[in-house]
Amino acid sequence: MFDHISMQLLLGQLLIGLINGSFYAMLSLGLAIIFGLIHVVNFAHGAQYMLGAFVALLLLNHLGIPYWGALFIAPVVVGAFGLLMEQTILKPLRHLDHLYSLLATFAAVLIIEGLMRLEFGSTGLPYASPLPGGVNLGFMFLPYYRGWVVVFSLAVCIATWLLIEKTKLGAYLRAANERPEIVESFGINVPRMMSLTYAFGVGLAGLGGVLAAPIYQVSPSMGSNLMIVIFAVVVIGGMGSILGAILTGYLIGIVEGLTKVFYPEASNLAIFVIMIVALILRPNGLFSSPESSR
Amino acid sequence: MTEPLLTVQNLEAWYGESKALHGMDFTVQPGELVTLIGRNGAGKSTTLRSIMGIVGKRTGSIRFDGQELIGKRTYQIARTGIAYCPEERAIFASLNVAENLTLPPVLKAGGIADSELLRQFPNLQRRLKSQGTKLSGGEQQMLAIARILRTGARFLLLDEPSEGLAPVVVKEIGEQIKRLKAQGFTILLVEQNLSFARKVADRHVVVENGKVVDTLTNSALEADMARVKTYLGV
Repeated sequence: MFDHISMQLLLGQLLIGLINGSFYAMLSLGLAIIFGLIHVVNFAHGAQYMLGAFVALLLLNHLGIPYWGALFIAPVVVGAFGLLMEQTILKPLRHLDHLYSLLATFAAVLIIEGLMRLEFGSTGLPYASPLPGGVNLGFMFLPYYRGWVVVFSLAVCIATWLLIEKTKLGAYLRAANERPEIVESFGINVPRMMSLTYAFGVGLAGLGGVLAAPIYQVSPSMGSNLMIVIFAVVVIGGMGSILGAILTGYLIGIVEGLTKVFYPEASNLAIFVIMIVALILRPNGLFSSPESSR
Repeated sequence: MTEPLLTVQNLEAWYGESKALHGMDFTVQPGELVTLIGRNGAGKSTTLRSIMGIVGKRTGSIRFDGQELIGKRTYQIARTGIAYCPEERAIFASLNVAENLTLPPVLKAGGIADSELLRQFPNLQRRLKSQGTKLSGGEQQMLAIARILRTGARFLLLDEPSEGLAPVVVKEIGEQIKRLKAQGFTILLVEQNLSFARKVADRHVVVENGKVVDTLTNSALEADMARVKTYLGV
């Protein structure tokens, strides 16, 4: 059945899966942090990712700031935008059911994407690769930039995981996730911590957007196309599970790549089949534990 | 007479639409150990939560060390030098014992050092790497009390520390509380267990339907147990 499959094709798709998985992991990581620590289902994550790509593009076109500068500036700009969103839209909804913040962020997506479409149109805009060229691996030609994406996103994911699991700040965040009022009774400004957590998660989305700009066309709908997969990743990993989001992100990217080799027609479906099976077998997600949301 | 450390006047508090406190009035002197006693649902725990600002809405006045606490956020209240140990202990499942113990930051000078805490609560020393919620009820209670002592707060709000614990553990908790009082902490303790309360307290404030209905010194309580038992419905 699979005798038409060459090792070259298999390894090539595995690598492409790993590259896509890098984006899935980084975006679902931000989404999982926001949901896991402040219980907001951030539907605007894809739009914020798109904003990151546009900020990079505008920095380059209007201020001449190259990719390497945008890598630091764009997440800060998008994170600040997230903070503004949190203060104006989400903060007043903090004490209501999660559904309200979900709907509010969904409305934000429609507004942000609509405004961006008005300003920039629907056509994708190119962003030149900061690392032209590549290396022949034997089984495929790997552009340097795509290799950089894999390495950099893995480093960001590991650093974020360490921040949340191994530092005092992470301990505050995890404890506040369980009992915010008790953490606040220790003298910690929990409302401010929650706002900054949202901004950090949004900043990660913005960072993902900068990474994506040289690979995908920069367009107002680039986030929406990705969001369904990202939500599936977070659900499979376990809503709010940081490690689950990272590992599932890479796993789904690789499974998607392999499906393209073995049965290309199902490559878009594979993720959702995995989601259904995972939900049946482990309704709280593959990496959730009853005691914690880690 | 010295100025009270805490003065609660006409304190009213709500959970949503439901009014839980109907004008509480009482004081606590520096270094004193005062218990709030009363039936279930009388408003004792709500009083502690109101002092800490963990209720929906509160009116009246709570003056602590010269500062008005009504209008302050919970974290600001903690920074005035008050620490709160809730009834359900609130040990964090996602943190181990060491992380739970060192979670509260040092807010003021005069907090107990971690090494000293482990000396005072030796059971915790052996379980530092265990998940917080894997401890026994007594150990969790010790941890819940120990961790608030590092902040530098000198006024402790303890909500039913003896609840659900074996008599031998209750005795140990009682000894710890007496030791804290001897170290100069001022303590406001919610307690249903009258025999526990009378062993540790200087004064008892009786709460009924969200109001203070009586205040007794420990010796008055001993002399008039019949009256106290009518308050508690036992």
